[in-house]
Parts: sequence; structure tokens; C-alpha cells
Amino acid sequence: MINRRDILETIHMIQDENLDIRTITMGISLLDCCSQDPKEACSKVYEKIMRKAERLVPVGEEIEKEYGIPIVNKRVSVTPVSIISASCGDPVSFAVTLEKAARETGVNFIGGYSALVQKGFAAGDEDFIKSIPEALSLTEHVCSSVNIGSTKTGINMDAVAMMGRTVKRTAEMTRDNNCIGAAKLVVFCNAPEDNPFMAGAFHGAGEPDCVINVGVSGPGVVHSALKKIPDGDFTDVSDMVKRTAFKITRIGNLVAKEAAKRLGVSFGIVDLSLAPTPAVGDSVAYILEEMGLEKCGTHGTTAALALLNDAVKKGGVMASSRVGGLSGAFIPVTEDAGMIAAAECGSLTIEKLEAMTSVCSVGLDMIAIPGDTPAETIAAIIADEAAIGMINSKTTAVRLVPAIGKKEGDRLDFGGLLGGGPVMRINPMSSRRFIERGGRIPAPIQSLKN
Amino acid sequence: MKAVITVLGKDAVGILAKVSAVCAENNVNIIDVSQSTLRDIFCMIMMVEMDKSTITIGELSDAMSFMGKKNGLVISVMHEDIFNSMHRI
Repeated sequence: MINRRDILETIHMIQDENLDIRTITMGISLLDCCSQDPKEACSKVYEKIMRKAERLVPVGEEIEKEYGIPIVNKRVSVTPVSIISASCGDPVSFAVTLEKAARETGVNFIGGYSALVQKGFAAGDEDFIKSIPEALSLTEHVCSSVNIGSTKTGINMDAVAMMGRTVKRTAEMTRDNNCIGAAKLVVFCNAPEDNPFMAGAFHGAGEPDCVINVGVSGPGVVHSALKKIPDGDFTDVSDMVKRTAFKITRIGNLVAKEAAKRLGVSFGIVDLSLAPTPAVGDSVAYILEEMGLEKCGTHGTTAALALLNDAVKKGGVMASSRVGGLSGAFIPVTEDAGMIAAAECGSLTIEKLEAMTSVCSVGLDMIAIPGDTPAETIAAIIADEAAIGMINSKTTAVRLVPAIGKKEGDRLDFGGLLGGGPVMRINPMSSRRFIERGGRIPAPIQSLKN
Repeated sequence: MKAVITVLGKDAVGILAKVSAVCAENNVNIIDVSQSTLRDIFCMIMMVEMDKSTITIGELSDAMSFMGKKNGLVISVMHEDIFNSMHRI
């Protein structure tokens, strides 16, 4: 029989420490849905998503019940829509189609209203990016992302400038709904093609026709594990994180295999990310504070996060041979109770967050900024973040929410998984001339690394 | 297929009997039981086999939680594989 202690440990993790499968995301290729007629293309898209994802939610619920592990979200990601809409135009009609499919299948987000423009704009890409604010204001479940740079190509600064305007416009168009549109829009550098987490999920062009990707989470479990070794040194801390990440990932691997088998599609990857939620006890900031920091954001935070992020990956790769996606620790400010507290008391600033993104798994995530922040400043923040990703060969992303009508120190609340938090201070000096230059920042050299 | 039933709650007369009764009604075979009380807290882990069961594991889970709620117990029913995959390499 299985060891009694092991059984109780698993149950304790699920019932008291918020261990869950954060998402089962079905990636669906839409490459066979192109047409010169937008209506025909949309009906093909709708038909394909319905056919593939029809049973996703019931199967997810079935597994949840049988294994006794909560599966919080069931989602769909699709091929970047800009590729499909290029030959027929009218990208917004695709967003409306995705929304309809999301409602019919019962998934809680559908990602892939995306464009990949890291080296330049292909036919239709510029019109597509311009359509994002309207698409996100007309839909509730559609998520959008744009990849504007990579280590291999450099950074497309024209796209960066456009995205600064797009983020702001999206917030303005959804101002009556807490600017929520901007919370569903991610600007990437080195975007992964198999990420199951929203809002940045899309199904890369090199992926199979249909796959199941699973995202596991469990900041609460790691936090509780570290509480057991208050006097351990960093070797002990790293070891404890690794062991915990291993166990969490094993569950993700089991669920992914089972879901893929029942749905008759291939198993893509397990993404072992520590994804916080606003629930108390499900915070990445608390893990960093448990390591000995008085408040997240103080000196030492970057080092603590680097250790955490690396140990999570090490534990995870041992547990599954199919680790992919973003894998690491997320630091979304409004979704993390500890980060919110740290930002409110002034310990966590956007500059420190930027430093933290050089060692975490993604980037500047879910940060409310003053509503009157110029589009060029938003673009410059995106450029800074993309530069960190480009030079360090890692994924970085920006998901800023300009809080229209609010200023520094006010609060912006979304509710649910997206949480809420204080509007943070932005450097008031202008970056306008820098952004207006346009063009491309060349790809970085891969040797002489100092 | 095997499942693990765990029962936690305040110790009282007849907890084991109530859980086994639900198993018996549905032709679920109990193959191992371990139980202890620490101070006033009752803790039982039961391994059951469901091959000849008349209900699915999901339905057994519902039946157990329903009975648990009535008696102030937290009962969970989980597929054995979740423990195997988490604690065995």
C-alpha cells in the first residue's frame, strides 16, 4: 500500500495549500481554415474549434473528480489569427468567431488573437494589430498577444511603438469595464509556441494539429514547504523547492497524459509555473519573503527569485520529459496577494519588477499604471523588457493596464483570478524621441558574453 | 482500478461503519484500512478496489462527500494513480 504519510501529504497540499492544475489548454491549428472569404474562413474556424474542443470541458471535469485534484481552467489556444486572416482581411470577425466558440465549448479563455512581427510586418499584420483594441472590447474570452522581438531577430521598434498605442487604446475602449481589455493583451519577446497560460497562449505554426498542454501551479505548496526549514541555508532551500516542484509536476504529467488519452489527441507539454492567485496563501511574493526578505521588492529580491525560478525548473524537468511553455515563477502584481501588499507599501516598484523579470519566467505582468501615461512611455517600457529578453535569450512579456481616469496610488480592481492592485508610479520623463526613431534593434551577438 | 478514501473529522462512534456501508452498497471492495485518532481527530485511510463496483469513482466521491457532510467529516475519494505518480519514480 502507498505510504500513509505520502497520502496525507498529497491531500494536505490540495485541501490546505491550494495545489491545483491551473489549466488544461487545448492547442488547435487553424492553418487549414484559410479562405479568401472572411465568412467562409470564420465558419471553418468555428467548425474546427467546436469539433476538437467539444469534449474538453466535460473531460476536464471528469478527471478533476476522479483524481480529486482541482482543474481550475479549461482553455483553448489557436494558431495566430493574423496568419489566418491575412488572405481575407476583416480580423475582428475572427475575434467574434473565437468568442462564440469559447461560449459554446464552455472554456474560460481562448488565446491566439495574435501576430508574430519580430522582424517585420507581413501582409495584413499592421491592420491586424490596429484591430486588437476593437476585438478585445467586443469580446470577453478572447486573449491577444503580439511577439515584437526575439534573440534571433532583434526588436521590431515600429511594432513596439504600435503596441504602446494599442495597449493604451485597448484600455480606453474598455474603460467602463476597469480597462480589462489591456489585461488580455500581452506583448512578447521570444514568445513560446506551446504556452498554456493566458493571456499569452497561442498555438505555434510548428505545432501539431491538436495538442493538450497542461499548466500546473502551487506557490502555496512551495511556501509551506519552505516554512518547514526556517534555518536552512540556500542549498536546503533550493533542494526543498526542487523536491516540491517535482511532486507538483508529476501530477501535471499524469493529468496531461490522461486528458490527451481521453480526448484522443497528442500530449504536448507540461508547463510547471508557479502561478499565483489573489487567494491568501497562493502567492509567489510570500515565498520570497519566507526566504528572509522583510517585504518583496527589497534588496535581495532578485537573488531570491533567481534561486526560486531555477530550482522550480530543475525539479520539474526531472518529473516530466515533456516540460515546455514558460516554466518558472510568474510575478503578476495584481494577481498576487503578497505583491499587491508590497506595491501598496512602496517596497515594490516598477524598476525593481523590471530587474526581477531578468530572472523570472516571464515579465512585467498585470501592472496598473496611471491612465495618462503617454503611449510612447508604454512603448519604451515594452522596449526595455524586450531588450532583457533578447539579450538573455529568455521569454519576456509586458502586460500593463493603463487605468484610464486614475492616477498613481488609486486602486484598480478586476476581481476573480485577475485580482486588483494599486496604480504604480511611472518615471515621468519622456521617451517620445527614442520611440519615434522607429526601425529595428539588430539581433545581439551570441559570444563575448559579459 | 484502486482508489484511496481518506476520512478526517472529530472522533465518534460508527465512522468506519458508515464509510464501509457506502462501499458495500455499491459493491466497492475494501482491501486495506488504517486508522488512528490523534487527540480528538479521527483519521482513516482506506484502499478500495472498484473493478466490480456498481458506480463510477466520481459517483462514489459524491456519495462519500454527501455522507461526510451529514456527519461532520471531510471525506475524499481519489484515484490511486495520483499518489503513485507523485511519490514513486
